[in-house]
Amino acid sequence: METYSFLREFADSWMLLVLFLFFVGAILWAFRPGSNKTHRDTANIPFRNEDKPAASKEART
Amino acid sequence: MLNYIKLVALGLITLFAMIAASYARDLAYQVHAILIMAVSAGLFLWTLRNTDEPVPAAVLETSYMDGVIRYGVIATAFWGVVGFLAGTFIAFQLAFPALNFDWAQGYANFGRLRPLHTSAVIFAFGGNALIATSFYVVQRTSAARLWGGNMAWFVFWGYNLFIVLAATGYLLGATQSKEYAEPEWYIDLWLTIVWLAYLAVFLGTIIKRKEPHIYVANWFFLSFIVTVAMLHVFNNLSIPVSIFGSKSVQVFAGVQDAMVQWWYGHNAVGFFLTAGFLGMMYYFVPKQAERPVFSYKLSIIHFWALIFLYIWAGPHHLHYTALPDWASTLGMVFSIVLWMPSWGGMINGLMTLSGAWDKLRTDPVIRMMVISLGFYGMSTFEGPMMSIRAVNSLSHYTDWTIGHVHSGALGWNGMITFGALYFLVPKLWNRQRLYSLSMVSWHFWLATIGIILYAASMWVTGIMEGLMWREVDANGFLVNSFADTVSAKFPMYVVRALGGVMYVTGALIMCYNLWMTVKRSPAKDAAVSPAAVAAE
Repeated sequence: METYSFLREFADSWMLLVLFLFFVGAILWAFRPGSNKTHRDTANIPFRNEDKPAASKEART
Repeated sequence: MLNYIKLVALGLITLFAMIAASYARDLAYQVHAILIMAVSAGLFLWTLRNTDEPVPAAVLETSYMDGVIRYGVIATAFWGVVGFLAGTFIAFQLAFPALNFDWAQGYANFGRLRPLHTSAVIFAFGGNALIATSFYVVQRTSAARLWGGNMAWFVFWGYNLFIVLAATGYLLGATQSKEYAEPEWYIDLWLTIVWLAYLAVFLGTIIKRKEPHIYVANWFFLSFIVTVAMLHVFNNLSIPVSIFGSKSVQVFAGVQDAMVQWWYGHNAVGFFLTAGFLGMMYYFVPKQAERPVFSYKLSIIHFWALIFLYIWAGPHHLHYTALPDWASTLGMVFSIVLWMPSWGGMINGLMTLSGAWDKLRTDPVIRMMVISLGFYGMSTFEGPMMSIRAVNSLSHYTDWTIGHVHSGALGWNGMITFGALYFLVPKLWNRQRLYSLSMVSWHFWLATIGIILYAASMWVTGIMEGLMWREVDANGFLVNSFADTVSAKFPMYVVRALGGVMYVTGALIMCYNLWMTVKRSPAKDAAVSPAAVAAE
């Protein structure tokens, strides 16, 4: 099979499936149980370390 | 040791630029060679002066690198005014062709100034705003100083050198005639180097972050940097005719070239002007509203949906061309599906204010950010609608497209950048507050009314000329000549230019206000200033 036809068939079959599953997976991952706490913490990142870097991972808040 | 390598490299570049300047085949290339010669010779002397000098104290990992961001803020305001002035001038050129002065033919006529205007606002104003804000945001949200030491300075100065080369090239006639990708081959190569350094600084800072999670703004910034690198390289694949000339020939030809160009062009909108600026939105709107983003989950879905969909939307620029129908239908469908993430993101930004809507009455800066989200919503509604083939057959090649682009660029990109500048200047120069809030209000109303005049006049003239072009009489002959549409558009062109005058006036008021904030506003209490904290 010539390269164009092969790539064209691959693109609208397996690659499409992989990309779609990745996308659905990303959404399901966002809604996984226990994500609320993480997301609340992450959403508050802009409100700390405004003036200087954190000295260590533990001292970040 | 590093300085010796630098000296050798700068010396060789200077030497090559001298040779290139004398062998140059065209004026633009010659001017650029002289410019590069001057810059690299200057850097050579500067490096020489600092070689074998005592090394200054080690970089403070206890403070953020804000010097480069201050320069970026100044460059943003400066290029903004330059770009808006150029745009207003060419708007008057369209209304009054006598402004294409005879003595400036070939340099300052509409055809030469138009790419200067688009590149000045998108890449100089928008690009400097994105570099400055991304450096600010990635440090604060990673709780880490910028990675790579002085590489951030290289990114800033290198990017602004790219802008100067691009702008002078347009005036002198060096262009590869690709919309939003006009710079010729050697300028493209230079931008590639600068952009990879930008990616390294940004990614390096994220990698050494102290926060366990990467804040959503950084996801948007990173996707913007990575995608623009990819788009830029593929769309600028070309072979120079001579190493001593600016002219190059594209590798792709015909419809493939058109498709690559609009894959690039639409994703310049999608990733440069949307994803990058959404990164700004996800940091500055919560900061100014003093509350976290409405829904962090929605922001994650917003991100993945936006980047998965935008990359396919390009073919809608090529309806009714040699491009196969399936490709332009694909582009149209993905454009329409884009309604969802665009509006999801707009709602997420607007709802961040829920419970704090009263701030709209007292804080003109947040008002600016809210109207920018409003314009984001409006232009991302209008865009997909115009990508529908039937609508596009009316709107394409008319002023409607120009109106659409400006409601997005002036409304969304401009306003969110102004909001970010008003937020950043007091922080970066350690001031308690802005010099004048009433000036911010003046800026807000001048800019808003200016955009409304602009967009409304372009709707009228665009739909009018679209209808005039397709009007046929009973025998099937076209009723109007092209010149008929041009003369019918005159009043709308004047209104559009006046809208531009209002917008640029607002920007000048902003520059004065920011200048006076630095000069006159009282300093923040010394005890809480970053400088004092760093000295502890």
